Amino acid sequence: MDFTFSDDQLAFHDSVKGFLTNEVTPEAIRDLWQRDGGRSDELWGQLAELGLTAMTVPEQYGGLGLDALDFVLLAQECGYAALPEPLVETVMVAVPLLAGLADEHRQLQEHWLSRVASGEARLAVGHPSNPLVADAHIADLLLLCHGDEIHAVPAQQVQLRASESVDPSRRLFAVDWTPSDATRVAGGESGRRLQAEALDHGALACAAQQLGLANRMIDIAVDYSFERKQFGSAVGSFQAVKHLMANVAVKAEFSRAVLYRAAFAAARGQANAAIAASHAKIVATEAALLAARNGIQVHGAMGYTWEVDLHIFMKRAWALDGAWGTRGFHKARVGDFVFADGAPLGAGATFEAR
Amino acid sequence: MDLAYTEQQDAFRAEVRAWLEQNVPAEPLPSFDTEEGFRLHRDWERKLNEGRFGMVTWPEALGGRGCDLIEWLIFEEEYYRAGAPARVNQNGIFLLGPTLMEYGTEAQKARFLPKMATGEEIWAQGWSEPNAGSDMAAIRSKAVRDGDHYVISGQKTWSTRAVWADWTFGIFRTDPESSRHRGLTFILVPLDAPGVTVRPIPQLDGLPGFAEIFFDEVRVPVENRLGEEGMGWNVAMATAGFERGLMLRSPARFQETARRLVQLYRDNRAAADIDPTVREAVMRAWMDAEAYTLNTYMTASRLIKGGKIGAESSTNKIFWSELDQQMHETALSILGARAELKPHSVGAEGVGRWLDGFLFSQAGPIYAGTNEIQRNIIAERMLGMPRA
Ligand SMILES: Cc1cc2nc3c(=O)[nH]c(=O)nc-3n(C[C@H](O)[C@H](O)[C@H](O)COP(=O)(O)OP(=O)(O)OC[C@H]3O[C@@H](n4cnc5c(N)ncnc54)[C@H](O)[C@@H]3O)c2cc1C
Repeated sequence: MDFTFSDDQLAFHDSVKGFLTNEVTPEAIRDLWQRDGGRSDELWGQLAELGLTAMTVPEQYGGLGLDALDFVLLAQECGYAALPEPLVETVMVAVPLLAGLADEHRQLQEHWLSRVASGEARLAVGHPSNPLVADAHIADLLLLCHGDEIHAVPAQQVQLRASESVDPSRRLFAVDWTPSDATRVAGGESGRRLQAEALDHGALACAAQQLGLANRMIDIAVDYSFERKQFGSAVGSFQAVKHLMANVAVKAEFSRAVLYRAAFAAARGQANAAIAASHAKIVATEAALLAARNGIQVHGAMGYTWEVDLHIFMKRAWALDGAWGTRGFHKARVGDFVFADGAPLGAGATFEAR
Repeated sequence: MDLAYTEQQDAFRAEVRAWLEQNVPAEPLPSFDTEEGFRLHRDWERKLNEGRFGMVTWPEALGGRGCDLIEWLIFEEEYYRAGAPARVNQNGIFLLGPTLMEYGTEAQKARFLPKMATGEEIWAQGWSEPNAGSDMAAIRSKAVRDGDHYVISGQKTWSTRAVWADWTFGIFRTDPESSRHRGLTFILVPLDAPGVTVRPIPQLDGLPGFAEIFFDEVRVPVENRLGEEGMGWNVAMATAGFERGLMLRSPARFQETARRLVQLYRDNRAAADIDPTVREAVMRAWMDAEAYTLNTYMTASRLIKGGKIGAESSTNKIFWSELDQQMHETALSILGARAELKPHSVGAEGVGRWLDGFLFSQAGPIYAGTNEIQRNIIAERMLGMPRA
């Protein structure tokens, strides 16, 4: 039993955090909002250069062959930075989905995964839990669900209609396409399994970002609470203001281990991975939503403006709340688990046997 | 990261389980806030110690097993799973014990730890005073040096289990010119010393679970001082750190409460579901108990690798105490109109021990530093917000 990250995992986390702090600033994000498509090839290239797009690509396709546990701290940092590029979904959802196809699709996998690893190609995933497809406009290959099936559809074969999210960093699209035998890469039992795994991975990806977002909003609000003076004092010295933030800290603190356990369960393909992911999504989302609500309160009217950076992070938190399964969906899953006959509850039931 | 137990850990769990199955009393003991219950709980401590399960993290030389914190968690899981008696000496073994090991002289360790382990000496803690509650630095009880003795005068209050305990530990003002955190000294006082008067205070359940302690020129040898004179605040903070941090409330307790709550809900489903929020509250009890468990395992792993507990431990206190309240409130709302009934009274079949647990859960956000004080600590020391 060891509930710590390895030195390698921590060192990689530090270097990526450093990169994101320097490169993905609120100014850079606002700059991306002004651009057509809202994305930067240059930034994606830098992420690929850091090895990030290759993380979960199997080694045989030029990747690093790592897993959700290796990436979860980085996903948290992507949330902390509110990185607009779809790195987290690519690494945690799209790549494992493509890599999880049956052996007969080796050529397809080799072609695309090696290019994803090197940063030359990008993927997007259309899943029934999300009404629209995120980042479809920059994808070279779209993995689209259709009933029980999964289709791998090149960008040339789809038509996109752009939607608009509350979060200007989000780019969502309705995708018009025609399923065919040529595009179908999974169906039946394996299609259902892959779709279910994609959902769990997507929930985990959201959870990690939400926790990062919660921490960022705490930091922003704490900074502001020093700057802003009223009644001759920094507003952060008022106890009512302090306790707003302390409440967020408690929620964030107690979603951390839940998130890491979910990442571990996903990485090891444990039987409890789905419930663990749902649990993580629920509590990390709640932490982020409380951080948003209390964060704006600490800012007063400033928090209600476009100018103050807080909204970059609040809006991401609000948007991700409904992505990859709503809280209602995830609560229902946890409920089904907890209330089932013979559910493993109580002291000593937390960890699965080896 | 490897979230699975080693074979050795599994074997330890099996050993604990087997011993508890053999030894845990079939009928729950009477409350340790009664004279008989206190005696029976003391006996239980001796029995635990004979099995070398009294304080598994203590060194073998002291009757422990030198267990690390993960093994301690495993022990606690089995302990609560088995429904074993509450630890009447928890102030001693979980709080003073670790403090003695850190600050005590060899002579003090040899004098106090073995009898603590056997339950021969049960400890009460004496921090609070009538005018020093949350503001513990306002302590006025004084200890005046007289040769190789301290002469203690003043009053402590809310001292848990002091009614039948043998000793108390606390901080006293040794420097009459001092104020606040300075000039305090950590002293161990036998409760049968001349000049000590213990006056029981009935708690919400009517039983004398805590007491006032009056000191009238009580003479205590200087050997009973823990740490340097005037350094009592630092020593006390270490003790409070253990309390908030990890040992006071191990997760197993809440996991078992959550499990019983799920069962209560399942047994009373038709009535419970009339309030649509109950189901979610029950589910949340499980999620939060699970989160607390995971968090504790994470902290334990970090400490094993040389990490330290910091201000973030204040989040623990808030989390478990509010979880405990929420779980018991939910249980009472499932029990509905029968929730007010005492067990064994007319019409109370099936109400279980929820009412007692509910009453006690009301104290959680108050003792061991109120949750408001914890929020101040989180804001100022964990988040670094401006001090008032
Ligand atoms: C069941 C139980 C067992 C106990 N056992 C022991 C024991 O064994 N030994 C011992 O020494 N003590 C014990 N205590 C006492 C406990 O430590 C105190 O009750 C606690 O520290 C609070 O002090 P108080 O009761 O005087 O409340 P007060 O300090 O009077 O607080 C009253 C209210 O004001 C709030 N408040 C006070 N100061 C601040 C502030 N700065 N900021 C925000 N809010 C504030 C508090 O949070 C609380 O809501 C026990 C208490 C209970 C309930």
